[in-house]
Amino acid sequence: MTINPSGWRPEHALAANDGPADGGTFTGNRALMLEEKLIFEIGDTESCGVDFDDVPEVASRLGGLERAAPMGIPGLSEPETVRHYTRLSRQNYAIDLGLFPLGSCTMKHNPRLNERMARLPGFADVHPLQPAETVQGAYELIHVLGEWLIKLTGMNSVAMSPKAGAHGELCGLLAIRSALEARGDARKVVLVPESAHGTNPATAAFCGYSVETIPATKAGRVDRAALEARLGPDVAAVMITNPNTCGLFEREMVEICEAVHAVGALVYCDGANFNAIVGRVRPGDLGIDAMHINLHKTFSTPHGGGGPGAGPVVFSEALSPFAPLPFVEKTGETYSLVEEETADEDHSKSFGRMAAFHGQMGMFTRAASYMMSHGADGLRQVAEDAVLNANYVLRQLEDVLDAPFGDSGPCMHEALFSDDGLANGLSTMDIAKGLIDEGFHPMTMYFPLVVHGAMLIEPTETESKASLDQFIGALRSVASRASAGDLTLKSAPFYAPRRRLDETGAARKPILTWRDPA
Amino acid sequence: MRYLPLSDGDRASMLASIGAPSIDALFADVPEAARLAGAIEDLPLHASELSVERQLKAMASKNLVAGESPFFIGCGAYRHHIPASVDHIIQRGEFLTSYTPYQPEIAQGTLQVLFEFQSQVARLYGCDVANASMYDGSTACWEAIGMARRITKRSKAILSAGLHPHYVSLCNTMAKFTGDTLVTSLPSLTDGAPGNDMAALLSAIDSQTSCVVVQNPNILGHVADLSELADACHAKGALLVAVVTEPVALGAIKSPGEMGADIVVGEGQSIGVGLNFGGPYVGLFACSEKYVRQMPGRLCGETVDAAGQRGYVLTLSTREQHIRREKATSNICTNAGLCALAFTIHMSLLGEAGLRKLASINHARAVLAAERLAAVPGVELVNGAFFNEFTLRLSQEARPVIRTLAKQGILGGVALGRLYPGVDALANGLVVAVTETTSEDDVEQLAGALEEALA
Amino acid sequence: MTTYFTREHEWIAVEGDVAKVGITDYAQAQLGDIVFVEVPAAGTTVAKGKEAAVVESVKAASDIYAPVSGEIVEGNAALEGDPALANTAPETEGWFFKLTLSDPGELEGLMDETAYKAFVDGL
Repeated sequence: MTINPSGWRPEHALAANDGPADGGTFTGNRALMLEEKLIFEIGDTESCGVDFDDVPEVASRLGGLERAAPMGIPGLSEPETVRHYTRLSRQNYAIDLGLFPLGSCTMKHNPRLNERMARLPGFADVHPLQPAETVQGAYELIHVLGEWLIKLTGMNSVAMSPKAGAHGELCGLLAIRSALEARGDARKVVLVPESAHGTNPATAAFCGYSVETIPATKAGRVDRAALEARLGPDVAAVMITNPNTCGLFEREMVEICEAVHAVGALVYCDGANFNAIVGRVRPGDLGIDAMHINLHKTFSTPHGGGGPGAGPVVFSEALSPFAPLPFVEKTGETYSLVEEETADEDHSKSFGRMAAFHGQMGMFTRAASYMMSHGADGLRQVAEDAVLNANYVLRQLEDVLDAPFGDSGPCMHEALFSDDGLANGLSTMDIAKGLIDEGFHPMTMYFPLVVHGAMLIEPTETESKASLDQFIGALRSVASRASAGDLTLKSAPFYAPRRRLDETGAARKPILTWRDPA
Repeated sequence: MRYLPLSDGDRASMLASIGAPSIDALFADVPEAARLAGAIEDLPLHASELSVERQLKAMASKNLVAGESPFFIGCGAYRHHIPASVDHIIQRGEFLTSYTPYQPEIAQGTLQVLFEFQSQVARLYGCDVANASMYDGSTACWEAIGMARRITKRSKAILSAGLHPHYVSLCNTMAKFTGDTLVTSLPSLTDGAPGNDMAALLSAIDSQTSCVVVQNPNILGHVADLSELADACHAKGALLVAVVTEPVALGAIKSPGEMGADIVVGEGQSIGVGLNFGGPYVGLFACSEKYVRQMPGRLCGETVDAAGQRGYVLTLSTREQHIRREKATSNICTNAGLCALAFTIHMSLLGEAGLRKLASINHARAVLAAERLAAVPGVELVNGAFFNEFTLRLSQEARPVIRTLAKQGILGGVALGRLYPGVDALANGLVVAVTETTSEDDVEQLAGALEEALA
Repeated sequence: MTTYFTREHEWIAVEGDVAKVGITDYAQAQLGDIVFVEVPAAGTTVAKGKEAAVVESVKAASDIYAPVSGEIVEGNAALEGDPALANTAPETEGWFFKLTLSDPGELEGLMDETAYKAFVDGL
């Protein structure tokens, strides 16, 4: 034979603790896990990653207000910028990476078709103040999306301008307040279940109402008897989430709406959990008067690290006249925008404008693309798979975690657990941080407030069975460790880009902006 | 269906392991009368990507695209060139599909970006601190008035005539419900200083005033020195709230913070975001350090982790709705996350050197355009000082002229009759915006078309 | 000087018609790390049982009620720079505010140290 002496074999067997003595590297990096400083530490105020064409010579007309003082904003070349933000992106968990079990957030897959459609120049490169004749297709899209929302909810009309869920809640409550004042019956109180999301009472207070809480029953639903006992001529509205924040369908929703209407009050429904019932139940059939829909939840527009969102609001016949300006109207085949000037007798009851321009168009195109893709049959399947997935998770975990409502029937699209049974002073927080090491974002923690140490899990319909099984296995492992009192969980996470962070220090001595070193 | 991974086999086996006979059994809590038997009838069934693309492209093609026409529309949203890398970076899945950074250990990407964003905004505005963004400039403006009310414990705000009318309108709407008193007025086409009401503002401030809200450059493009106004406010215990709808202007003119404003808010859309037919945009909000606990919105702060490494967290959360509920500084939850990221990336590419250059190009092009248009018979330039937007007084009502131009494929600006319907004194006004994307040829086309329309 | 305690875990140390108010050690332990204390300004009138101050931890805000009615003389300025004092020295340097009493009779319903200790043990 001819021997080619290029063979290689490992120098020695790999041992478990074979790393550098102090566990560190020179750079502080760990292979693909790269540390990255701030732009203020790597850029400088002279650098720029943009080339410009020449500036024509003109005499300044800035009125002597030229900005002379340095700003302290650094620039970077394009390669440095791309590398900086790419490295930062790798320190984030995301739906694209894995199951994101946040209850009430509906972290479903964000289809890329949506991104392509939103970027069509006919939608992306048009100005909101262009004359109506030049943007008929844009108005048409807003109108078409609005029609989908009306039909899916079984309501009468829709306000498209609110910019997020909380903004939608504000829209709904302002319409309610306007309607009551219009009939000379201004009332002072709004009732909110104790399990409600914080935006509910915050919004009610913002609208000038005083907020009172309705308790929940042991079965995790609104205590109808307590609610009816409190209803009276001073109650303007009741804000309900259905399915509620415990992941349960409010069985007595129809009766609740009837009781509320009987005293002359109105029902606002928080639509954050619409994913559980879309295509299978129309909230309008339950008797509600207004509901916001989070397009960034049920209708897949991307969460983007915290926003942007969109929160259109559907209205009953009673509230439709009070809907805010502006809105799109279709007459024959022509679309127009009803703004302050064209609001005539037909629209004189509108409570007014809520924001500049007319809505989150970028989210509308994405949501429309999503709805058209799924169709009525696909959306119905979405709700079914979302509910199936959540029930599967609930039943696979209820032997290792306490499920306070596990015995009272199926859950809807999310499963709720408590910290009952954790040993050695271990908490929901410790389970969450342990789950991070297993490669998952934790579930929603400590919400709703009605359950101690709440853990709310919403898998959504875009998780495969394999993905669910992997998540279940990981959570079973962490939960078992917690029930056995494994104290290493108190120091988790160990493998994330950062260990637990000092939030106390951050709040006591806030550092909210870069300060140049002296 | 392409987005739904469960197979019928999966569904059957999962139902079996749950012990439920069917999917319907899981919906047992829904009252019989409210259960829909099948797919909702008057909606279409699922569609392929190809089919959806065809439908949406058909709608999109009915719109006149700004980049394909001579384009001069501003008034609160501006067309700038966004470098190609911005859109690529924001579409990385770790940014696009991530959530609010409530678990900081695995969200340092988002958090560090927010810290950079906050720092850039504070410096751009000349303020101590900025938050992690609001929905847009208009809602940020109302939030600033609310903040001024909390700080001064007074409820009368004076809004300058030069404030964007949509912003005024939304503030009027909110004030009806909160009981705030707003003092507002209409702008005038005053030669040399359209929309400028400095004298009126100075004399209106009294001991009941919570704040004066002034936009700079204003809705008609006028640029002013706010220092005297700031002093006058402070002398009476009131705050100066400045609004900036075109942040590129701050590459050329003094920041409101430098001129003494206490709270500065505005629209960040010009940097990184694109027109998008009105949204999503990004609201910027900055103020003096002493007021930070009264700020609405999310805040990102620096800290250390258990291993002593620098990191970032959302902080001062007790101001917010999820903790303070009805006593929160605002009901806001979602911010403008991805748009704030786009702003940060674009601003990092620019740096202050690039921002100054960009601003100077904008101003130069606007000056040349103003001179060219003022030479058209029937057109007068109203502004003295301006940045990249100015007001023309036409010899006839502007709205029909704009419609005529639109038919020719020219988007010639915003007729004041659209923003101030029924105000005859403004009906002949036309606000024209010029940016680095406007060519000489565009200006010539506009000049020619205006001349013809006004003949 | 006599110190009384409320069921809401405030203490009040009275000397003549002036008193100092703070939260008890039990309360600070329940609250976790305190990051900010909002104390009332001098001259503010407070009513027994109504909110007089707010104490913030990282994830929660809690109202502090006035144990008795009166007028605020001074809020503890030291808490502004060092809110941790409310954790480390809640019953001494971490006091919240001083007030003059408008109705010393209101002290009658309050607990003494022994009664408070028994109350806490029963929780």
